[in-house]
Amino acid sequence: MEQKIRVLIAKPGLDGHDRGAKIVARALRDAGMEVIYTGLHQTAEMIVEAAVQEDVDVIGLSLLSGAHMTLFTDVTRLLKQKNMQDILVVGGGIIPEDDVPVLKKAGISGVFGPGTQVETIVDFILKNVKK
Amino acid sequence: MVIKETIKKIKNDRDNWEKTCYQNLIKDHPERKPIFENLSGLEIKNLYTPEDIAHFDYNKDMGFPGSYPYLRGVHATMYRGRLWTMRMFAGFGSAEETNKRYKYLLDHGETGLSVAFDYPTLYGYDTDHPLSRGEFGKCGVAVSSLKDMELLFDGIPVDEVTTSMTINGPAAIIWAMYVANAENRRISKKQIGGTIQNDILKEYIAQKSFIFPPEPSMRLIVDTFEYGFKKVPRWNTISISGYHIREAGSTAVQELAFTLADGFEYVKAAMKRGLNIDDFAYRLSYFFNAHNDFFEEIAKYRAARRIWAKGIKDLGAKKPRSMLMRFHTQTAGCTLTAQQPEINIARVTLQALAAVLGGTQSLHTNSMDEALALPSEKAVRIALRTQQIIAEESGVTNTADPLGGSYYIEWLTDKMEEETYKYFDRIKQFGGVIPAIEKGFFQREIAESAYKYQKEIDDNTRTIVGVNQYKLDEETNIPILKMDEKGEHRQIERLKKLRKDRNKAKYERSIKNLRKAAEGEENLMPYILDCVHSFATLGETCGVLREIFGEYEEPAIY
Repeated sequence: MEQKIRVLIAKPGLDGHDRGAKIVARALRDAGMEVIYTGLHQTAEMIVEAAVQEDVDVIGLSLLSGAHMTLFTDVTRLLKQKNMQDILVVGGGIIPEDDVPVLKKAGISGVFGPGTQVETIVDFILKNVKK
Repeated sequence: MVIKETIKKIKNDRDNWEKTCYQNLIKDHPERKPIFENLSGLEIKNLYTPEDIAHFDYNKDMGFPGSYPYLRGVHATMYRGRLWTMRMFAGFGSAEETNKRYKYLLDHGETGLSVAFDYPTLYGYDTDHPLSRGEFGKCGVAVSSLKDMELLFDGIPVDEVTTSMTINGPAAIIWAMYVANAENRRISKKQIGGTIQNDILKEYIAQKSFIFPPEPSMRLIVDTFEYGFKKVPRWNTISISGYHIREAGSTAVQELAFTLADGFEYVKAAMKRGLNIDDFAYRLSYFFNAHNDFFEEIAKYRAARRIWAKGIKDLGAKKPRSMLMRFHTQTAGCTLTAQQPEINIARVTLQALAAVLGGTQSLHTNSMDEALALPSEKAVRIALRTQQIIAEESGVTNTADPLGGSYYIEWLTDKMEEETYKYFDRIKQFGGVIPAIEKGFFQREIAESAYKYQKEIDDNTRTIVGVNQYKLDEETNIPILKMDEKGEHRQIERLKKLRKDRNKAKYERSIKNLRKAAEGEENLMPYILDCVHSFATLGETCGVLREIFGEYEEPAIY
């Protein structure tokens, strides 16, 4: 049997808007992936630690407070330090267009804004996951 | 409302119409869908007639504006007397930048202020706390001390303008800063007016910016109720909020039911403390969402007023003012699309109109660019102008409750009230709101509705213009608000200076007194006010309470 893709859905920082994170978590699970949800208020260290513990293939970051430039890149920087770049990192939230190329360069391979259909996220993960 | 014989005839005629005219037509020209439902999933009939409200007793069930059960509005004159307060939620970056935005809005005809705080402030952390990293001024203004509050309201007549502050966990401390700032400007506590959100229950349920566990949180809230009616009588000490419950994905019925359940929970907590319901209930206010389903939203506001009036009366209130529900409305942020952002202006217009037809006391209209970033000046101005057009040009303000008596609206209002009581029963089975929160009841109900809604959009069974239909490939070109990058640095320097310059003995004494009081049972407001006046920072004051009360952690369920 083919192994399921393991995804960690994480809420970095103080932001409590968890509607998107929960919907995506559920949609990925319904698409046959193994999903772990960290809950709220995670630091980059906590997220990377959870990724190690859970041996995930994908990290999905969700943030609507506007602090994505700092908090998303904290996670990818830490992954790089730990040589864990084989994990696919995607992110979503209220993200101005100008920020998208910067985030992509920093290792957040997929950036999804409001109005994204969950199918788009599922497809992106299936296509880009490094297994 | 209509005599029995007439109803009978209408029913007969309707049945005939249905069998002949209607059925004949749909045989050849079927309706667009087999079932029509509103956003809460209630099935909507093809037509409403006097039959649907035959059981109505006009005087008992509807009444008149400004009188029980307030279905038709809380003022006798409604908007003929005074328009709603146009109150735009704003805050970003440093206190200086936000102060400038407030003056801009007031200059353009805004009539009340509404403060958005950044995440560190919402969690009771100072800007230089490690957990504040990356968050300074991002989704609101940073206020770490009385100094910041002074800058935020510099040059603004706080004795004339009312201010609403969206703050919950540390509401008592931020409110104390506002009061202290007024006092320092020689404006009496009795003169200032405004609102603190101070609604912790919906934080556990939906918005998730909680700090302390439920019990000490409720204590702090009742402290503000008591302090408010005794010392700051023009202040609404709570704004019981459905807005965030809805934004988290609930239906309109859930928003109505969960919010009102929270409201009654606060009243009961205050009565348990020994407060007289007629002393404080008139200072409790509400805050609702205005979503896409036009008539459902209007019915929701009307039902809310009637449920509240009845419930407060049942709890023993004698004074009419205790029973009338005043509320603020904000158009639904979650309905804004990042695709073709200009069309959000049309969405916001409809949502705002629903709020006005529902009799709101104040209103925030979202800006078209808010699915992308914080709103630019121009976008905010258009949103404010939208309210002004409804107020000044549309004519909907000429009479109170213009949709009252509509068969559909009255049926729907009734139905939503009925559905609300069903939820009340379920909450009761958990043993009340707090046990239901601890068991994840609300959270699960909301997540379920949110998922269903998203699935409908993804499956194309629900149309969102510009998202799953009528799409456009062109790039959006919306100018994005840029913030002053030096703001954070200035703020941190200001904090350092404040900690160095303040009277150390006075500061330490105030913190010590607060700690002692928090360990006991006294009302904490005077102690918090003393801390604020002694230039204890938000983080320091909140830190004391964190030590004594502990922090709340929620289970991660999805």
